[in-house]
Amino acid sequence: MRILVVEDDPEAARYIARGLTEAGHLVETAADGESGLVLARDPGFDVAIIDRMLPKLDGVALVETLRAENVATPVLFLSALGEVDDRVVGLRAGGDDYLVKPFAFVELLARIEALARRGDGGETRNHMAVGDLELDQLTRRVSRANQVINLQPREFRLLEYLMRHANQVVTRTMLLENVWDYHFDPQTNVIDVQISRLRAKIDKDFDRPLLHTVRGAGYVVRDSD
Amino acid sequence: MTLISQLWRTATFRLALIYLALFGVSVAVLVSFLYFSTVRVIERQTDETIGAEITGLSERYRDEGLLGLRAVVVERSSGQRHSLYLLVAPGDAILAGNLDRWPSVATGPSGWLNFTFGQPVGRDFETHEARARHILLDDGFQLLVGRDIQQRRDIDALVRESLVWALALLLVFGLAGGVVMSRNMLGRIQAINRTSQDIVAGDLSRRVPVTGSNDEIDRLAVNLNHMLDQIEQLMEAMRQVTDNIAHDLRGPLNRLRTRMDVTLMERPTAAEYHRALESMVGDTEQLLATFNALLRIAQVESGVRKSFGDIDLTAIIRDLGELYAGVVEEKGLEFSLAAGDELTIWGDRELLAQAVSNLLDNAVKYTPPGGNIWLTADYSNGHVTVAVADSGPGIAAEAIEHVLDRFVRLDTSRNSAGSGLGLSLVRAVANLHGATLRLDDANPGLLVTLVFPEASSASERHLSNL
Repeated sequence: MRILVVEDDPEAARYIARGLTEAGHLVETAADGESGLVLARDPGFDVAIIDRMLPKLDGVALVETLRAENVATPVLFLSALGEVDDRVVGLRAGGDDYLVKPFAFVELLARIEALARRGDGGETRNHMAVGDLELDQLTRRVSRANQVINLQPREFRLLEYLMRHANQVVTRTMLLENVWDYHFDPQTNVIDVQISRLRAKIDKDFDRPLLHTVRGAGYVVRDSD
Repeated sequence: MTLISQLWRTATFRLALIYLALFGVSVAVLVSFLYFSTVRVIERQTDETIGAEITGLSERYRDEGLLGLRAVVVERSSGQRHSLYLLVAPGDAILAGNLDRWPSVATGPSGWLNFTFGQPVGRDFETHEARARHILLDDGFQLLVGRDIQQRRDIDALVRESLVWALALLLVFGLAGGVVMSRNMLGRIQAINRTSQDIVAGDLSRRVPVTGSNDEIDRLAVNLNHMLDQIEQLMEAMRQVTDNIAHDLRGPLNRLRTRMDVTLMERPTAAEYHRALESMVGDTEQLLATFNALLRIAQVESGVRKSFGDIDLTAIIRDLGELYAGVVEEKGLEFSLAAGDELTIWGDRELLAQAVSNLLDNAVKYTPPGGNIWLTADYSNGHVTVAVADSGPGIAAEAIEHVLDRFVRLDTSRNSAGSGLGLSLVRAVANLHGATLRLDDANPGLLVTLVFPEASSASERHLSNL
């Protein structure tokens, strides 16, 4: 993927760029809002990572300008401001996700991959399938190898989110935010337990596991090891 | 700085001076008015009397001639000291009267004149002032009738003198009063200034002196002291936070540092390096969690109710119950959830969820397998109440207050996860919502109750807004 990083802290920018390159992405960086805007007008980027507080042109203003110019590149805001209100401001300005510093690098990686795929129009699919696991959003029917699986409403939403991001690593924080709408991290492993319950329903009676744990990062639904 | 220039700089003194000037001028105007109007009346009375007497005497002259007039003048001037008479023939020869010569001053209009004469007092003479009128009779004879006005002049002088003295005294007393008053005020304000300077210099324990008179300056002092109390309390709280951060972050940072040093010394294999780095990432994650928890508490304690709204507490409790059910069950605990319907309060959904989540985290962490955890929310007696109870070891009564402080973990082993900040955040969230946080013995176990204020029930709040 081609990724734009607009970050004024040179050290942070260098590490983000290095990490993303290491993960196989092409990275371009800008150190202030104005040069960031110039670069971001290039529609060839899959994702833009933009710090909220930038010299010359604020991150929020940058994204508002981009959106006004009909540039649809998915934007992930990085910010030291973590209150719900700040998040709302960022998303309202046209940001697609919001990550509060400091963050784990796997979190950043997982989120930009999720954002880039979303650009494919994947979320408009009503019927999703991974291997022999199928989910229909309209009828709310889940089946594996044509056997119907009964899920609680929240389990359905959990699986729905995982399947929409099939083959991508999804972190616990992403699940808490998108499935439960909580922006804090419980001290107990509540998500792990929820996942293991879901796994018991969709994987237990079948030879081939589809819901995998990625150590140190999160979970992924995919039809291969 | 001299006393005068120092005084002149005080508002009180300048005010006192201005008032003094205004008062002095108005008193002077008033007294002068009284003085001049009185003198004028007395003067007019004197003139009228003299005029009337002249008229009487000229009638006598017309009726009885020069001899008759002379007889009357002789009669009236005998034994008289204040009424003056003089009847002269042409050439100023005195025919009758009690003046020894015709006054040698020019006569004003209508025959009025002021002059001085010698008045016998015992064996001496005093020079007295007199006012008189003269008329011409037939054949060059002249008549003069007057009054000794020396006494009146003396009273005039006395009054004028007293007036000057009174004004002078007024100025002296006023000035002295102004100085004393402003020095008094100045002293009290300088006391406040000195205290402020001491505080700026770093001594936050100083307080402005209060006299107890409850006047404006006293109230200012009391308010300043209240403000200082508040500031000192905040500073103390901040100092404590800093101490606690230092304490709780230094430990893990030190462990991390040691682990790095040891790893570098051991010449490890690539796999060992990898393992060491992984555990260091875990350490930093713990540090960041503590750090974030502290920031969160600070944000909540700043008291900004930005994202407050009517929130569905029932939904939050049921959601969290569902989220935690798995963990509770996995640990071999019994979970009971009871949430009343349609519990709506005025608050922040995210913060309340986090607070209850923290309470559930603690309950799960401290309750041994085989125990119970209860999560309830209900409405009674006008209050919405949320409670989390467990059958764990509970908290000793004497430790209950202490446990709300930051970083307190009763098991000092530090093996269990968590920053020790959970209850502090719960307390901060409770305070922000005006809710009461109670910790009780659940016999056995811990019962944590959040009682929301009556007005935080949304329907009642709307009613009270009507």
